[in-house]
Amino acid sequence: MDAITDNLDLFVSGYWTSLKICLIALVGSLVLGTIIAACRVSPVAPLRWIGATWVNMIRNAPLTVLLFFFAFGLPEIGVLGSYWVFGVSALIIYTSAFVCEALRAGINSVSSGQAEAARAIGLPFGATLREVILPQAFRTSIPPLGSVLIAMFKNSAVLGAFGVGGDLFSVSDTLTSARGYAATPVLLGVAVGYLLITLPAGALLALLERKTAILR
Amino acid sequence: MGEELVRSDNEPGRPLVVLDGVDKHFGSLHVLKDINLTVHAGEVVVVIGPSGSGKSTLCRVINRLETIDSGSITLDGQELPKEGRDLARLRADVGMVFQSFNLFAHKTILENITLGPTRVRKVDAKRARQEAMALLERVGVAAQAEKYPAQLSGGQQQRVAIARALAMNPKVMLFDEPTSALDPEMINEVLDVMTGLARDGMTMVVVTHEMGFARRAANRVVFMADGEIVEENAPEHFFTNPQSHRAQDFLSKILTN
Ligand SMILES: Nc1ncnc2c1ncn2[C@@H]1O[C@H](COP(=O)(O)OP(=O)(O)OP(=O)(O)O)[C@@H](O)[C@H]1O
Ligand SMILES: [Mg+2]
Repeated sequence: MDAITDNLDLFVSGYWTSLKICLIALVGSLVLGTIIAACRVSPVAPLRWIGATWVNMIRNAPLTVLLFFFAFGLPEIGVLGSYWVFGVSALIIYTSAFVCEALRAGINSVSSGQAEAARAIGLPFGATLREVILPQAFRTSIPPLGSVLIAMFKNSAVLGAFGVGGDLFSVSDTLTSARGYAATPVLLGVAVGYLLITLPAGALLALLERKTAILR
Repeated sequence: MGEELVRSDNEPGRPLVVLDGVDKHFGSLHVLKDINLTVHAGEVVVVIGPSGSGKSTLCRVINRLETIDSGSITLDGQELPKEGRDLARLRADVGMVFQSFNLFAHKTILENITLGPTRVRKVDAKRARQEAMALLERVGVAAQAEKYPAQLSGGQQQRVAIARALAMNPKVMLFDEPTSALDPEMINEVLDVMTGLARDGMTMVVVTHEMGFARRAANRVVFMADGEIVEENAPEHFFTNPQSHRAQDFLSKILTN
């Protein structure tokens, strides 16, 4: 356990970095995923097509391939940036496809009469989605959305392996390869760190699910 | 009851809804066949006919919840816009009441009514609330304002749905079998509200098999079968002396039930 107690400050700072990556990616992927979902249900055919293509391309590419593309492909075509920005962007884009589909499952669960009633009082598409459909869809979407987001938190470890640096996973790398600690206790420490992100997130989601319960 | 519900620009007698040679298919099914129908301001038209004859579709094309294949539909002299904001604006002028109420499940009764006025008409929140309460008062569900739709009976929900449509100050109201999802003891409370509206001069298109209502409130009965308007007449003539075989047959069936 020396590995952890000796390096507690390193673990703590790794935890905060990972948490920061997760929170930014959380907000980013929710916003982007919602926009893509709106495209997929929009009355405008080209938007639907863009949404569907986005989801099918992103969802079927491994995250590591996407990361490679961002980290090495983009600089080749002249887009420069830090690993940090590339890494987090790749994570957001990757997750957005799954967020979109979780939301769409929720949207499809809302009876079509709700949208018709909204359109019938003259609400345009955007307002119908915001005011009537999404608030009701969200509730159904919370469980699948929870799985998507928790998977995203764990996927964020790949960024560490990719050299984004300073996050929980790179801590383990630093300690085991550079400083020669045994791998098992270090990785256990890292695992606990991720649990400290995902477990509260799970609890928060359960709370949210109860709060948004709708009588039907 | 308030005349304020009927727009002051609703000069009676002018053609308000005009369907001219309207055709509509669902795939290979021809659901509206060359429909010509004019509804004048202040007029109450009851649409009646067997299941699948296209009554709902007729209602729904009038605010373009369904598109048409050919022909034209004008509302107050204006052709229905194809898409987007213009269409939304036009729909705000056409109230619609559905068989299954379709109240917004996640909003309170009051919020159901104020959503349209605040978001579409840009009425400020306080005034929208006052007007909504007056409407709820009128349809007799003011005491339920803070509840959610699922906490109300079907009859109450349908009266709220009527108030929600009225809150937009529509030029015309469409009702698609507003009482057929209701328990019998709740039908009259909804029909009474509708009769009151008709008396106040609201222009209405009502799909219903409630003959009592048709006799009391309608100026005209339109009988549809297989996507066609087969017969049109004043209610007293239509019900006592239907001209077409299909209407005679249909009436004999619903009268014996
Ligand atoms: N969205 C749709 N897609 C395909 N067919 C449809 C659709 N809506 C209605 N139809 C068909 O079109 C025909 C007319 O339907 P419509 O709902 O207008 O009839 P209706 O007169 O209102 O019948 P009911 O009394 O049962 O409500 C029916 O045969 C129906 O099955
Ligand atoms: Mg119908």
